[in-house]
Amino acid sequence: MRPFSYERATSVAGAAKAAASHPNAKFIAGGTNLLDLMKLQIEAPAHLIDVNHLGLDRIEATEDGGLRIGALVRNTDLAADRRVRRDYAVLSRALLAGASGQLRNKATTAGNLLQRTRCPYFYDTTKPCNKRKPGSGCAAIGGFSRNLAIIGTSDQCIATHPSDMAVAMRVLDAVVETVAADGATRDIAMADFHRLPGSTPHIETALRPGELITAVTLPAPIGGTHLYRKVRDRASYAFATVSLAAITRPDMPPRLALGGLAHKPWRVESAEQMKGSDAISAGLLAGASTTSQNAFKKELTRRLVVSALQDAGAVA
Amino acid sequence: MTADPPATAVTRRTLLAGSAAVCATSTAPVIAIEPKSMKPNPTTIATMPTTLKVNGKTHRLDLDPRVTLLDALREHLHLTGSKKGCDQGQCGACTVIVNGRRINSCLTLAVMHDGDEVKTIEGIGTADKLHPMQKAFVEHDGYQCGYCTPGQICSAVAVLGEIADGIPSHVTVDLMAGVTASGVEIRERMSGNICRCAAYSNIVDAISEVAGVKA
Repeated sequence: MRPFSYERATSVAGAAKAAASHPNAKFIAGGTNLLDLMKLQIEAPAHLIDVNHLGLDRIEATEDGGLRIGALVRNTDLAADRRVRRDYAVLSRALLAGASGQLRNKATTAGNLLQRTRCPYFYDTTKPCNKRKPGSGCAAIGGFSRNLAIIGTSDQCIATHPSDMAVAMRVLDAVVETVAADGATRDIAMADFHRLPGSTPHIETALRPGELITAVTLPAPIGGTHLYRKVRDRASYAFATVSLAAITRPDMPPRLALGGLAHKPWRVESAEQMKGSDAISAGLLAGASTTSQNAFKKELTRRLVVSALQDAGAVA
Repeated sequence: MTADPPATAVTRRTLLAGSAAVCATSTAPVIAIEPKSMKPNPTTIATMPTTLKVNGKTHRLDLDPRVTLLDALREHLHLTGSKKGCDQGQCGACTVIVNGRRINSCLTLAVMHDGDEVKTIEGIGTADKLHPMQKAFVEHDGYQCGYCTPGQICSAVAVLGEIADGIPSHVTVDLMAGVTASGVEIRERMSGNICRCAAYSNIVDAISEVAGVKA
């Protein structure tokens, strides 16, 4: 690890101010991804702001019947919360499908959203990567791409977002709450939180420099059947090849979001209005661009959608 | 470790250190010499006072912020039971229990744990007074080389606590019906602890016995 200075923030305002007053500062919460990347010098912050003591570790009911999840709520606690298990089961299931027990005990809600891709070329510092070093090129395109993105890609980057939790947050229409150094707060819909790579794959979210996530809110529960299906290379402790978060209700179109396919959780609301799971799948995958190694993800996605909707008793 | 081994004694640690040095000299013209003192250079790096309560004993350390909890335990407190396998959170050999929760000690900074209570394998049991989980690992031969075992045992002890607390897992069938220990639950929950010797079936047998269930 490169040397860095370290401070323990004691207030949200103080943390946001500290980020603005130090060049190349990073917030650290669980640290399970950031420290991994710092050891490899893929991340090399000059200053770390420890936000673990800001009191953002509670899950509270909101006025409109939803839940406000503090940024520092650990993945284990969020998955185990009785209200989440009862009303937002897709979120519990997605969290429990991710990582290991040890990592879920440390990883936080905000940190999970901000984790970086596990594209092998992002991690391999001997290879070009536009995300790690803008303008250097993309070794993944034309490289080993079996587990990489097939939709929303660009000629600069085919990395996927690795989170399971974010896929469930997307299907639940969650909202990310933030605070900036000047104290200004704003709400960012999950749909707008993660960006597609385009020509700036190193800019992954809508966050501005120094902006701190304080909470993620869930709207009032909509009931229905909640499913999270994850296809991966081993039965546990592996990132998704393809994953699907689904909420179905007899009186409304299904809600579907996909993981493992794109630079962000992939949801196409217009496809949800289509009739039949084949049509829905085709709508979800419209514009997909595959390599010879990851072309199988299209058929895998279709089968996942068909089986999930059948199991949920939705459309055939 | 409370005392150094006699100079003539060959332990696994000294043997491994010696063979590593031989490998280094035979393959690389320049050998990086490990500094004798692990203390950082105060002129370049500001250290942070950090208090850790490890296995019931309070330690006051002055640490380079880059020191992971694992390195603080092993290199500063000489509690070498916790092992460094991958050093990137993938193998689980470094698993310790912090404030009652199992975590990968390699993926967290020691300075982030000021005031925290840490339990390592040295605090789980001793050679004279084995923890039931340690006894079960011995009885079921839940290891081969033993390198992953401290992490496996810390994780296993915490897993049974998580089940008792009703924390669900990926294989829990009904999220609202409570959690009961089973071979399937144990396998899923132990997936963050890799055993390169593949002693998995015996590890599951050992944990199942302590949990009072069939593997």
